[in-house]
Amino acid sequence: MAASFYGQELSSALMLGTAQYPSPEILRDAVLAARPGVLTVSLRRESAGERAGQAFWSLVQELGVPVLPNTAGCHTVKEAVTTAHMAREVFGTDWIKLEVIGELDTLQPDVFGLVEAARILTEEGFKVFPYTTEDLVVAERLLAAGCEVLMPWGAPIGSGKGLNNLFGLRAMRAHFPSVPLVVDAGIGVPSHAAQALEMGYDAVLINTAVAKAGDPVGMARAFGLAVQAGMLAHMADPMEERDMAVPSTPVAGKAFLG
Amino acid sequence: MKIIVNDQAQEVSASTLAALIDELGYAGARIATALNGQFVPKTARAHAALDAGARVEIVAPMQGG
Repeated sequence: MAASFYGQELSSALMLGTAQYPSPEILRDAVLAARPGVLTVSLRRESAGERAGQAFWSLVQELGVPVLPNTAGCHTVKEAVTTAHMAREVFGTDWIKLEVIGELDTLQPDVFGLVEAARILTEEGFKVFPYTTEDLVVAERLLAAGCEVLMPWGAPIGSGKGLNNLFGLRAMRAHFPSVPLVVDAGIGVPSHAAQALEMGYDAVLINTAVAKAGDPVGMARAFGLAVQAGMLAHMADPMEERDMAVPSTPVAGKAFLG
Repeated sequence: MKIIVNDQAQEVSASTLAALIDELGYAGARIATALNGQFVPKTARAHAALDAGARVEIVAPMQGG
């Protein structure tokens, strides 16, 4: 069992995005292979003729995994707040992955807008999952605004670079020992996900690394196993790193063969 | 009356948001609506009057990360 978020325990520490898969069938098979605790979803303009959103919604319902709607693509507080209102009605959940994008090259959050939007939404009863940086002061402001989860980036969205600032992520874990923390964005391979869990992160949120793999279903399974391995390793209390070698095979009683 | 729906100009006869949803064929679909940048809950659509030039957004579930 993974950590609880706003009082809800998830069945896995893997949060999986639903975008960019080669087909809906591959998305479905990837979800079945990864068995994520949450699926992230979004909102877009719907054409009455195509009704593409309705087909997607049927697929998500069939999978039976809890959903976490996002405010992806929002650049202002007003856009993000309005999108959250729409998402709450469409998806029937008060969970919202809050993104207020501040910069186009890195898609890094506009943390000032993020804190403002988080305050508005928590006052309205939303359970906000803020996509933030590893900045501790911003994190404090988000908690003061009512967030009970923090989602720092590992690296820029879609970059696959892994945990770019290990020191910052470790400091965040140490500074907020009882706040559920999720590495969101930048994870490229399962070892990155395992590393986050080994460090004590409660979950990871992944999309591109699975959807854009040569075999998304195989990669989904690998990520599902990686988060399990990482969580078990964290619970087993990893050894301390050392600068110098220490023999693992006992030297006492070794035959003298010189 | 000409209004803007999802960034496309359209000639419609509906005078409320609820009537517009029916007129455009979205009845029964899982959607959310905004009028002139403000979210309009489903329960308020029947009272949301449309004026010429109104900007309506109609969104639905989509894949996301």
